[in-house]
Amino acid sequence: MIHSEEEVDKELLYLNEEEHKPDFSHPIDVKLKTFRFNAETDCLPHYRTYEMTVTKDELVLDILNRIKYEHDGSFSYRRSCRHGICGACAIKVNGKAVLACKENAQGLVKIFGNELIIEPQNQKRAIKDMIIDKDDFWQKHAAVKPFVIADIDPKPNKETLISPETNEKFLESDYCIQCGACHYSCPALDVNEDFLGPAALVSAYRFSIDPRDTAGKDRLELTSEMGIGVWDCVKCNECVEACPKELDPLEKITKLHNMQFEQGIAKRNIATKHAEGFVRSIKKYGFLDEADIVVYSEGYMGMYKHVSTAVKMMKAGKIHWHSGIPFIDSVPKIKNLDEVQKLIEISMTNKL
Amino acid sequence: MSQLHYALFTGCTAKQSTPELLSSTLAVADKLGIKITILEEASCCGASHLQDFDEFLALVLNARNICYAEKLGLTMITICNTCQLNSQMTKHALDKDPKLKTKVNEKLAEVGLEYKGTSEIKHFLYTLIDEYGLDKIKDKVKVPLSHLNIAPFYGCHNIRPSELHAKSNNHENPYNPTSLDSLISALEGNPVNYESKNKCCGFHVELQANHASEVLSGNALLDAMDNNADLMVTPCPLCHLKMDTYQGSISKVMGRSVELPVLHMPQMIALALGCTEKEIGLSFHVQKAKHLYSA
Repeated sequence: MIHSEEEVDKELLYLNEEEHKPDFSHPIDVKLKTFRFNAETDCLPHYRTYEMTVTKDELVLDILNRIKYEHDGSFSYRRSCRHGICGACAIKVNGKAVLACKENAQGLVKIFGNELIIEPQNQKRAIKDMIIDKDDFWQKHAAVKPFVIADIDPKPNKETLISPETNEKFLESDYCIQCGACHYSCPALDVNEDFLGPAALVSAYRFSIDPRDTAGKDRLELTSEMGIGVWDCVKCNECVEACPKELDPLEKITKLHNMQFEQGIAKRNIATKHAEGFVRSIKKYGFLDEADIVVYSEGYMGMYKHVSTAVKMMKAGKIHWHSGIPFIDSVPKIKNLDEVQKLIEISMTNKL
Repeated sequence: MSQLHYALFTGCTAKQSTPELLSSTLAVADKLGIKITILEEASCCGASHLQDFDEFLALVLNARNICYAEKLGLTMITICNTCQLNSQMTKHALDKDPKLKTKVNEKLAEVGLEYKGTSEIKHFLYTLIDEYGLDKIKDKVKVPLSHLNIAPFYGCHNIRPSELHAKSNNHENPYNPTSLDSLISALEGNPVNYESKNKCCGFHVELQANHASEVLSGNALLDAMDNNADLMVTPCPLCHLKMDTYQGSISKVMGRSVELPVLHMPQMIALALGCTEKEIGLSFHVQKAKHLYSA
């Protein structure tokens, strides 16, 4: 953006002016229920409550500093850049992932009331107070080979240029600061420790889409593996909500799913058949055939797992019988189904 | 005030495995004097799975659904969180990107349709709260739910991403949602406060990552039970299917007996408004809930 001289002057003036000092109007009394733990000396964590008056401009990092300076010098947390780029000070407040140096404290009071619960990103990985062992995060990050793999002339005489159109395809995935906010908010990771998680998958996307990279398929294959890859994402959007850089990790995960089909990497398995099976139903009925999608994805051999649930569902009238056979032709058809069939014919580009 | 009139996108589940969701929705609308026109032309929203296979196709199909609400000049209402998410995501994508809109409209033109962006998309829960009003619902309560501890289970796709939903869900905070709680209070029930109310039920990985899915719903169901819930209520039929149908296998995974009736949001309202047993349709539940009629 181009500023006029007058505007630039005004901005400089603003930086030097009194008004840039903390705004002490509307102070609020808060209770900070704070997670305390020292892995070297404690068996269990405990919570200590600190009370203080918080002003309008104070950030969560200011509050953490005040706990340390005014209450307990042993209180420990990571912090470094103080302007939202190093990712060190990520913690949770009332379960919400925040970058302490970016989050206004009174804003949190507005959401949660006057008692704020200050906790590390992951309590199971706590080392000391807010400081956690991020080893799992970095291991997963490393697993997707988060770097451009390419044979590069050691003495290039020009830069490798990326067009603005190509740059747009990165969808800002290169802005990730590795703070771990999404990773430690992901419920899929919480119950399946093999899952790569949103941050590593964003990295996988970032380098898979890079035109300079020559390892695209290797990386994509890793993300297509069951148990660790994109198919284990539960689609809860917690990562989208958590990311302090607003990178929408789920958008990248969806792109990775699509890229697997586009590049012929998607293996025929329960998850890919489940995704592709939607087309099969929609073509036939417009609706999803709920029973067929299970049979199609699992295969008849895989259906034994679902027998007891299916019997219960039949008893409750959830699965309908038709001509003495369950699962078949019980789905109503939408009106103007031919439109949907035509749209599938002319819009579908991927295949399994 | 003129009569409220909406175009209802039923989604697939209400037409198949959860017919009780559709019957209770229509019964509630009837009791409240809300006019509903069912979008019989609307197809599956893709449930975030078709989106994994072919994002563009999913966009075209969702845009087609919205076209039919636009033709009627009505707000499109949804009774499934995932339908809400995918319809809203489509609207958002097309409204902000004219190039993409043109591309989608080129396809729609082949079947004589055009997406304009004139209809809003809103979940029935927020329609009732923002446009009908809780006070008016309160006036119509015939069977107060005052003896019931009701655990609200919000479901992900109606509250996250919050920025996408802000306009349609009146800025519900995903970390501290209150709409379902206040609806329960309006029906004179006791909302249960428990940590898992805004968490994920794991429905979407039910097939490919069954264990993860069972643990996620098990955690939420047990959390509600441990906080003395008599029943759980959800605005999402996918959460309902996961949490109601699989309690047997969830119990095995969790090593604890999980038994909690799970109601669809409109069923709870229907109970309080004194709708018929047939309309409420508790018999369609796997986890027995029929005792709630005597309530």
